[in-house]
Amino acid sequence: MSDVVEKTLTALPSLLSLDSQPGSAKLSSTAKLGNLIRGITELTSKHEEEKLIQHELASIKEQVSSPNTTMRQMRELMVRAVYCEMLGYEASFSYIHAIKLAQQGNVLEKRVGYLAVSLFLNESHELLLLLVNTVLKDLQSTNLIEVCMALTVVCQIFPKDMIPVILPIVEEKLNHPKEIIRRKAVLALHKFYLIAPNQVQHIHNKFRKALCDKDPGVMTASLHIYLQLIQENAEAYKDLTASFVTILKQVVGGKLPMDFNYHSVPAPWLQIQLLRILSLLGKNDQRTSEVMYEVLDESLRRAEMNHNITYAILYECVKCVYTIHPKSELLEKAAKCIGNFVLSPKINLKYLGLKALTYVVQQDPKLALQHQMTIIECLDHSDVIIKRETLELLFRITNAQNVTVIVEKMLDFLRLSKDDHMTIDIVGKVAELAEKYPFKHYSTMNAVFSLGGDMMQPEIPNGFLKLLSEGFDSEEEDRKLRLFAVSSYISLLQGEPSKLPQRFLQVICWVLGEYSFLKEDLEPSVVLGLLTKLLDMKSSSSETKSWVLVAMTKLCWSEAAVSEAQQVAETYSSSFDTTLRQRAQELQHLSRDSQLHSRVLPPGGRLEPDEVVDSSLSFLDGFVSEALSAGAAPYKPLHQRQEELSRSKVLSLEPYGLSLPISTSSCSITDRQSPTLLSTSSGLSGDGTDFSHRGSSTTLRLDGVKRVWGREGYLAQKKPVEEVAQVEVPSPLRSPSQQGDANSCRSKTPTPTANPECDQEKQQLASSLFGGLSSQSSVCLISGAAKMVNIQRFRRKAKGQRSSSTTNEQRANPTVSSASAVDNLLCNNLLEADTEPINSSAKQTFQHPHSLSVANGACDAEAILTDGDPKERNQPLSSEDFVEADDSPPREDQERSKDSCLTPHLPAELSGFSHSEIIPLCSSQSLDLSACHVQTDNSVVLVVFITNTSEDANLQIQVFCVCESPVEEVRGRSVSVRQYSLTVKMPLVHFELVGMLSYSIPAGMPQAMMQFSYKLPLTSFIRPLTVSTEEYGSMWLAFSHDTKQNLTLIKEEREPLTATLNALNKKLSLHVVEIIGVEGLVACSLLQDQPCLMHCRVHAGRLAVWLRSPVPDLPDCLLYHCQRALQEP
Amino acid sequence: MDGWMDGWMDGWMDGWMGGWVDGLLLTIGITSSFQMQFMLLFSRQGKLRLQKWYVPLSDKEKKKITRELVQTVLARKPKMCSFLEWRDLKIVYKRYASLYFCCAIEDQDNELITLEIIHRYVELLDKYFGSVCELDIIFNFEKAYFILDEFLLGGEAQETSKKNVLKAIEQADLLQEEAETPRSVLEEIGLT
Repeated sequence: MSDVVEKTLTALPSLLSLDSQPGSAKLSSTAKLGNLIRGITELTSKHEEEKLIQHELASIKEQVSSPNTTMRQMRELMVRAVYCEMLGYEASFSYIHAIKLAQQGNVLEKRVGYLAVSLFLNESHELLLLLVNTVLKDLQSTNLIEVCMALTVVCQIFPKDMIPVILPIVEEKLNHPKEIIRRKAVLALHKFYLIAPNQVQHIHNKFRKALCDKDPGVMTASLHIYLQLIQENAEAYKDLTASFVTILKQVVGGKLPMDFNYHSVPAPWLQIQLLRILSLLGKNDQRTSEVMYEVLDESLRRAEMNHNITYAILYECVKCVYTIHPKSELLEKAAKCIGNFVLSPKINLKYLGLKALTYVVQQDPKLALQHQMTIIECLDHSDVIIKRETLELLFRITNAQNVTVIVEKMLDFLRLSKDDHMTIDIVGKVAELAEKYPFKHYSTMNAVFSLGGDMMQPEIPNGFLKLLSEGFDSEEEDRKLRLFAVSSYISLLQGEPSKLPQRFLQVICWVLGEYSFLKEDLEPSVVLGLLTKLLDMKSSSSETKSWVLVAMTKLCWSEAAVSEAQQVAETYSSSFDTTLRQRAQELQHLSRDSQLHSRVLPPGGRLEPDEVVDSSLSFLDGFVSEALSAGAAPYKPLHQRQEELSRSKVLSLEPYGLSLPISTSSCSITDRQSPTLLSTSSGLSGDGTDFSHRGSSTTLRLDGVKRVWGREGYLAQKKPVEEVAQVEVPSPLRSPSQQGDANSCRSKTPTPTANPECDQEKQQLASSLFGGLSSQSSVCLISGAAKMVNIQRFRRKAKGQRSSSTTNEQRANPTVSSASAVDNLLCNNLLEADTEPINSSAKQTFQHPHSLSVANGACDAEAILTDGDPKERNQPLSSEDFVEADDSPPREDQERSKDSCLTPHLPAELSGFSHSEIIPLCSSQSLDLSACHVQTDNSVVLVVFITNTSEDANLQIQVFCVCESPVEEVRGRSVSVRQYSLTVKMPLVHFELVGMLSYSIPAGMPQAMMQFSYKLPLTSFIRPLTVSTEEYGSMWLAFSHDTKQNLTLIKEEREPLTATLNALNKKLSLHVVEIIGVEGLVACSLLQDQPCLMHCRVHAGRLAVWLRSPVPDLPDCLLYHCQRALQEP
Repeated sequence: MDGWMDGWMDGWMDGWMGGWVDGLLLTIGITSSFQMQFMLLFSRQGKLRLQKWYVPLSDKEKKKITRELVQTVLARKPKMCSFLEWRDLKIVYKRYASLYFCCAIEDQDNELITLEIIHRYVELLDKYFGSVCELDIIFNFEKAYFILDEFLLGGEAQETSKKNVLKAIEQADLLQEEAETPRSVLEEIGLT
């Protein structure tokens, strides 16, 4: 009762205040907003709108700050403020009131308050801190709706520094009886993981629980997290593959409640999410891929309804099939799907088809060949987006033969393009192609410069000039090219230079300055005259002008030129632009003093390429150490400063053990070190991070993307030939049913209908575009392409007469395919392997292990793992239970058989040491690549096995793994073994070696490339370090890089410390020096010479460890593995 | 132009926050976010009706993006593809009556499923308002936001079951009525 009275009392003032504002009192809350909206729509000019909104905002501002405004009115005011912001007018004064509303209002006022907050503020807004308490309170509320609202807002915006405050409560919600709460809690944790991954490290097992939740909604939500985790470290989640497959099977089989159906397709979003996860898990992993073949097949089969949503699933399916370890049956179906997409009359599907083609074409160029006519039609499509995607596709299939046509098409596109972003992108691509195929380089680049204008990335002209100055292979060629450049630029300048973009002018200036001496009949004064014209042009930017002046400086070595140069220098030495003035001064001085000029800029002399830039700034070492000894703070790389800054801002709200401060303490430099060591170590840590940034940007592109380009152009030349032969002509080795399938699939796809002349033209275009994809000689290709079209026409006429068309195709066989006997044989093998279960195909290769022999004996290659090598990378530190390659036993029989097959090939000198499981890295039709690593006392040896699985074809291989190895020949059915000794220069949690195998079958044929990668954990390099307690003590004091962390103790009744240390000893081979009461001393070293000490203490049921080492990052990396080792059951 | 790109990258890195975790950056190339970047609803006249940003951007950037995007989309012809490449993003848009629904996704994402996300959202609005029209969304835009938040959370599809989304919204609405009824009685008392 008293409650009601109180509410009445609080309501009264507002009612009174409303009364005091005549006109507004009568209006209900929605009506006011309605009035505003109606008022705006009636207005005709932007100016009037602005006036109205300003007035509205003023009135809102007045009301929100009035103490008499009730929460209810506030709610309505907030809605109006949100509306004004949506129209683009700032209402920042209301932000604080939105937070207040979320804090103080009742449930539905809160709802609007939270909405307004999430719309007004973004993650970094400082007012957000004021929301933390409200969220905390609402999370603990007994009202479900309040909890939901709090979780919703947490998923949208929450200050990341404050996550620890609410994390325990959000975690608790994972056990909530209501599905909706659990689901939102999982999504909140996903959000936390995205913005602060280390905060949620410890709850990975809870994610698993969410994955197993009985409610499909919660399970679906957990997949968002898993997708993220698996993207970062697929290895750690391979064990879940079977679960994901089972879930997908159930979904596809319609086992979910009907609620989850969307247009009678069961849970499409869930299906797509699962397909994405599976493709990540199955990538480069045959064993895992095999688990999912069946369900992928099922998905492809089920999705047959003609609705966008099924196409969306199919698209994801196709991507998955092409990402995981290939299975030809599935590939065939997927290719069919892509065909349906590409040929669809629906433009959206066509677009997606092109996108899918672009995705798969690197692995399977034959697909592009199949759809060449459609692709050519898309090239002239009226929708620029389709055109753009087609160019993207063509870019991926460029080779030495079709580059001219493709570049021409791209330039055509550029001429019409209006979108800056697209222009920049295409210009970049053309420049890339021009660089790869230098014979077209020069003229293409001219087109690029004049079309790309000033929008292109500055790297492009820089790269061009660099290439021009460094030259290609032969001196004579270079000279000719430069000469050609000079003469054509002279004629350009003689024309209308004012139309050329500034960047192009700058390039011209540089080239003329450097190389105009090559053209003997050209007087420098003539060039100077042309350049002076540029200076006088109004359109020239001052940047261009300084390029001009620099060019002049280079040119003013002849008598005649000097006077002209002097004049120019005179004019510009009083320029307001300091750069210009500087250049003018240089010109003036150098033109006066010919001796100085010839010393600084030797006539005809080139840039000295030997000039080395000391990027480590080592000449500053003395300065740095002096400053340090004078008490200056050591340099901290940017990331560390930011990290510390964000740390210092926040109160530590969590127990120390929860976060994993991987990088914070790695380079705490103390004055115990000598100055030289100081500078190197700080340099290392600085460089290391810098490098990881820069290195990443390059590896990014290379990694995961198959290497398709080489000096000769398209690298996967070998494969396409075989596959083309296989596709265009159903091989007689196929069973009749398969043949029928292939036919029916193709007869379904309609042939593009066009008039004959146009057809002819397109065919020509096709043959020039798709040249080199199918065959070595383009002549052969033209006839092949024409043939294919003919066949299709013929078939259309003779519908139903499938047998005759088949014979026709077979007759076409000799003309179309130039496949050799070897190729046929390979096809044969391939087909056989397809029809049989994979197990037996593996056996087939290895059934006579004794007949295998090492071809040329082992060839030793000493390779050093360098930290500057972009091939190396470590994995994110988020994986929950990483399965160590060393101690995981071979899981399947098949693998074991393979393992034991290759084991005899292990070099004899390594047989005394334990080796890791031999893992297949990659394979092609004719060769398998496997590897293992062997831990010897002072190094880790990577052993690579290259097995030639083909019957008789000899194989020529060359492995680039860190260092190049000589070419060798491997006979059919034999194994070649390579060894690489690995040492560590900079510790990382995991090392990934990336190597390249180039091979040719038969020997002498064009080379094909295969990229492989091998991952091994830091622990393979860790050796026990036997020291006495005294030695330990003195070493401890000497080491400067340290890190501290709390670890979980192994739960054992009597001696938890001993048990824990023993576990570390067993799993990571750390040497336990001594155990004194609750403290333990542990020592190890990275290979022989890089020690790391660990001091452990049992404290409050946890193991407080302190690691020290002279090597930066080693403590952190080792700590990671200790954590893993102790978390494993 | 440059400024915009810079800001964008900053925001992106903030989102990752862990640039310092070695190796994380390396994986960005492979790690593709399937999260939606933002959703805009605007009328044929180019008036913004709803905006939801799932990536942190400054107000200035938001305005600039909105302006450019509205222009680009409105300039498209009806028979054209529903997808657009725009800067580094993919734009998926669809027109329902007088209203354009427009989502920005990452290049690796699936355009078709995004199109269906739009469609499902329209279905939800339709069910909630009962054959929805632009006016419903204009005058009850906060409701449209509530429904969107229940359907997409942080840029990810949260609940795709139509029934469940509407159940959640209706429960909260019901509370609204319950809370409102006693109030209006009180108001009457206060007024009379």
